[in-house]
Amino acid sequence: MGPVLGDKPIFSYCSDPSVLEGLSWVSCYLTNGKHLTAYTSFGTVLLLLAITAPLALALGFAGATAARSNVLPLSLLGKGYTAIVRGVPDIVFFLFFVIALDQGLEWLRHQALCPDWSEPIRQGNDFIVCDRAKLPLNSAPQWVHETYGFFTAVFTFAIVFGAFAANILFGAMRAVPHAQLETAQAFGMTERQVFWRILVPQMWRYALPGLSNLWQILIKATPLLFLLGVEDIVYWARELGGSKGPIFDYPHPDWRRWYFLALLVFYLLMTWGSEKAFARLTRSFSHGQNLSPGKVN
Amino acid sequence: MKTLLASAALALVAGAVYADGHATVRMGTEGAYPPWNFVNDAGEIDGFERELGDELCTRAELTCEWVKNDWDSIIPNLVSGNYDVIIAGMSITDERDEVIDFTQAYTPPDPSTYAALDAGVDLTGGVIAAQTGTIQAGYVAESGATLVEFATPDETIAAVMNGEADAVLADDSFVQTAIAANSGLMVVGDPVSLGGGVGMGIRESDGDLRAKFDAAIQSMKDDGTLNAMIAKWEVSSQW
Repeated sequence: MGPVLGDKPIFSYCSDPSVLEGLSWVSCYLTNGKHLTAYTSFGTVLLLLAITAPLALALGFAGATAARSNVLPLSLLGKGYTAIVRGVPDIVFFLFFVIALDQGLEWLRHQALCPDWSEPIRQGNDFIVCDRAKLPLNSAPQWVHETYGFFTAVFTFAIVFGAFAANILFGAMRAVPHAQLETAQAFGMTERQVFWRILVPQMWRYALPGLSNLWQILIKATPLLFLLGVEDIVYWARELGGSKGPIFDYPHPDWRRWYFLALLVFYLLMTWGSEKAFARLTRSFSHGQNLSPGKVN
Repeated sequence: MKTLLASAALALVAGAVYADGHATVRMGTEGAYPPWNFVNDAGEIDGFERELGDELCTRAELTCEWVKNDWDSIIPNLVSGNYDVIIAGMSITDERDEVIDFTQAYTPPDPSTYAALDAGVDLTGGVIAAQTGTIQAGYVAESGATLVEFATPDETIAAVMNGEADAVLADDSFVQTAIAANSGLMVVGDPVSLGGGVGMGIRESDGDLRAKFDAAIQSMKDDGTLNAMIAKWEVSSQW
């Protein structure tokens, strides 16, 4: 359950929904507790994007750097991470990884907090750790459970999208003309200096088209949140739009198409804004770079 | 990797604040099956099972908290410990009983009803909608009709309304609620008897909790409050 934003209606005339008509009905309907909770889910999605995108980019950068390392184990780690995570279907990853992560953390806490526990942790189908090892604790308020769910979601999204970002950045690093790196070495730069001063500043121009695709996919992937128990905008559109009988204060027929239309507008606006932002980034990263192959500087 | 270690460390420390808190029983429900359980206009879980669950918790002297979970993963999340009780209009069946335990039933076994837009639909050869993982879906699959499954109860009704399915099979009380909300929808055919009544699902290893709720349900049966609540929400027949 999302946060309940008070039982009192926002407008005073909403106290008895059964006598409302026309515009006043609509204004009361759109500001009831359920709708207010649904509006906050836009914030949840934006927050998820705002945290996941930089985290995935950082993971991708680390993965790409590791993959092109001269140290074999490091390079295998980087390549293994990108290959495995990209190969596993997202939905499997989301279902399996999150449950495994949650149970793994509870197991660690169980070992640390309840050393005298004698019963087995797995009993048939049940996964049982002592009360103090529960994550979050059973007695924690619901918002703590929701925040925990949100951050497992962020973490999972970051790992999945980090693998794709790693592959894009790996390719972008290779696209930077090799002659430039050799020239830099000839000028006496150390390997670290070549990497940070020559390679990294120039690779973004090659990475941006791929990264902008990835960003669009990330925006559209947020409904996967519901698999993890986080109520996102698509869940609410379906829940609010479904036909409501007289058991509800605001009965109405199946209105899902209108709610999904609103989502369409939201996603189109997101795409439009992202396109503008990426066009700007591309311009600034291309500044001073020679991008036509074969042309000698 | 650093993030993983950091979040693991954070997780180990977090929660220490609540460590002394009184044990809370977390009640998992679907929130999409009126009049049994649904999210009301204030955004809170409401319905027959909300009122029943709160009363049972009072009688068993437990502190309870409500959790919403979609139907598909409602049993896996119980056994992995995300909540302690399923109270979601779940019929007691042998298949489910192999994975989890049930309290005694709080509503008697009741017929399921078909609903359609046309009285003449073919219930044994047509296309019938039911919710995934329900006793009704199992019944339709064996009846010879073509089963189309949906993740939420609401979608099964919508499938009939837009012509994707000829009819829907669900608990009678849910069908009646849907008929009240959708003009043109009506009961068709004969009701079918399915399941062994509706009970609360509890982990097999959680015998104490099950005994507490069993006793609370029994006390509500004995003093007639359960029948009164069933009548108020029109969910089933009386005990």
